[in-house]
Amino acid sequence: MALLQISEPGESTAPHQHRLAVGIDLGTTNSLVATVRNGVAVVLNDHEGHPLLPSVVCYSRGRVQVGCPAQAEQACDPKNTIVSVKRFMGRGIRDVAHIENCPYDFVDAPGMLKIRTTAGTKSPVEVSAEILKALRLRAEQALIGNSGMELVGAVVTVPAYFDDAQRQATKDAARLAGLNVLRLLNEPTAAAIAYGLDNAAEGVYAIYDLGGGTFDISILRLSRGVFEVMATNGNAALGGDDFDHRLYCWVVEKAGLSLLSPEDTSVLLIQAREAKELLSAHAETRITATLSTGQFIDLTVRQQEFWEMTRNLVAKTLAPTRKALRDAGLAVDEVKGVVMVGGATRMPHVQQAVGELFRQVPLNNLDPDKVVALGAAMQANVLAGNRPSGDEWLLLDVIPLSLGIETMGGLVEKILPRNSTIPVARAQEFTTFKDGQTAMSMHVVQGDRDLVADCRSLARFELRGIPPMAAGAARIRVTFQVDADGLLAVSAREASSGVESSVTVKPSYGLTDDQITQMLKDSYEHARDDVHARALREQQVEAERMIEASESALREDADLLCAEEIETIRAELATLRRLAAATDHRAIKQQVERVNRVTGPFATRRMDRSVKRALTGRNVASIGP
Amino acid sequence: MPVTLTERAAKHVSSFLAKRGKGVGLRLGVRTSGCSGLAYKLEFADAVNPEDVLFESNGVKVIVDPKSLPYIEGTELDFAREGLNEGFKFRNPNIKDECGCGESFTV
Repeated sequence: MALLQISEPGESTAPHQHRLAVGIDLGTTNSLVATVRNGVAVVLNDHEGHPLLPSVVCYSRGRVQVGCPAQAEQACDPKNTIVSVKRFMGRGIRDVAHIENCPYDFVDAPGMLKIRTTAGTKSPVEVSAEILKALRLRAEQALIGNSGMELVGAVVTVPAYFDDAQRQATKDAARLAGLNVLRLLNEPTAAAIAYGLDNAAEGVYAIYDLGGGTFDISILRLSRGVFEVMATNGNAALGGDDFDHRLYCWVVEKAGLSLLSPEDTSVLLIQAREAKELLSAHAETRITATLSTGQFIDLTVRQQEFWEMTRNLVAKTLAPTRKALRDAGLAVDEVKGVVMVGGATRMPHVQQAVGELFRQVPLNNLDPDKVVALGAAMQANVLAGNRPSGDEWLLLDVIPLSLGIETMGGLVEKILPRNSTIPVARAQEFTTFKDGQTAMSMHVVQGDRDLVADCRSLARFELRGIPPMAAGAARIRVTFQVDADGLLAVSAREASSGVESSVTVKPSYGLTDDQITQMLKDSYEHARDDVHARALREQQVEAERMIEASESALREDADLLCAEEIETIRAELATLRRLAAATDHRAIKQQVERVNRVTGPFATRRMDRSVKRALTGRNVASIGP
Repeated sequence: MPVTLTERAAKHVSSFLAKRGKGVGLRLGVRTSGCSGLAYKLEFADAVNPEDVLFESNGVKVIVDPKSLPYIEGTELDFAREGLNEGFKFRNPNIKDECGCGESFTV
């Protein structure tokens, strides 16, 4: 432990010079950049005064366009105009919902899919980097133009549900865009910062974030100036885009269309989105389009119809919301306020449904599109060291799924339980299973089930060079550390020799979108099965250990036993082997105890012999027969 | 749970304050960053803010801001010498893990 010295007041934090930092909301549909100016968080607009940068990148005619110009190309060049790229971050082709509706030429690369464009094959990381680059330029022009100062870094937000692969991909994209990532921040937490500071009210809040492509619900507690995330839940594949898609399907059905070209699909999706936005304020709207086939479409959709066709999408947000409340151990009436985030929460029927669930009117006095970026800017300001020391606030985030390690029998030993606040480090000691074992294979898994087979494999590594010892004598300390960005590092260290091995989870890109939700659901539904499976595996491992030990003893010291005794032990071992292959853990346990009894006298005799050997030492001649 | 100083620590703090010629006491706190997430703050205090929590231990005024308090409640500050190095040590009952350097920790 370091020895600390006393500092002058205020000097133990970063220098007082104001450093420029921005918060970036890298959204599925739109992205924003914000900063703190004169103590107030503001979103930086582009030259035309628009705060939102459409998250659209177009590769065509030898140049890259981002934002509105790219969006304009979407209808005529959909194959080279990448929209909602966030859905593909850290994902393989099979993981993306509705991929058949995307007009892109996908290439399934190991880890993460790629998109073939006229400018070459692009990964989602590269496409996202173009968006981030545009935001960086905007920030530099707005901030640095008049002050001559440098941009020190950015806080980039991600959905609470992003797994390690997606977080890593986001970080990579920011680096590629030339941004120094101060921290990745969960979007709902950023929203809480924006609201928490403005309203400075203590209590429990629910953050309902229905963005373009993701839904997140977070339960946060604000107390004594500290934010704590109590629970998170959501759906990584549900957002405003799905409402567009419903309306698009309705149009296709009403107009009796089939086999649309990619261009027509794009045109209709844009029309659907515009209609959806209009329906938030109008009782009805018209959808008109001329297709490439020459067919003219002119339909009128009423607000009530739209609400009806998307009712089950709204319902899909309420189930995870209830689950998050249950996770946090809270009743609906304990929630002091509900914060609405994301453009899709402007839809009146969404507000209404959320209001009904929480029995209160949701908070929406900040622009739901800007809330996340504003909170990120405030956090960036703190991380850049611009706040005076006493005025700093602490921020606690959680890990969405438990992290653990595989132990004998394919069981999971959870090291960091789900909803642990991060950053966090926790260590646990393990030992060897066999005599003389010199290596140990570490398998890092993510999930809340008891068997490795039901969890997600994150990484494997080996600890070699363990000095040969009796089974159970080695002490191997395994440390799990999750940094403030939610990225995991695991290390293992053998105590006596100091040999060490570690892995940073550079996760295998490509977990299916619904998998996290599914994994959580399974862990609740299979809780009982898991208890039995664990008991069985534990007894099987115990049986295996018993058989191993007995046979090794028989090989070494069979001469201590008479033929009859050997026969008895072998018979009991055979029974144990047979029971271990079945599924009755109680029977295995009984038989293990039986073998233990039968081999008891044998063990005593072996002990006597080894004691005698030890006493004898090298001086055999001095001891008489 | 109060924040306290060992007699040895208090003696050193008093003498440092005397040498410095000003200051009302010692300010203890935490801040984000550091390899395990949170880091200790150990400063001379020239002023007490209205929201601060005050303790008195072995004749030294200990000042803690309310945001830091939950992380360091019950902490005892000690003074130690290790080889040629000497300085203060936090004995914090709240911590679950700390990094090798001991300057940061998690609760």
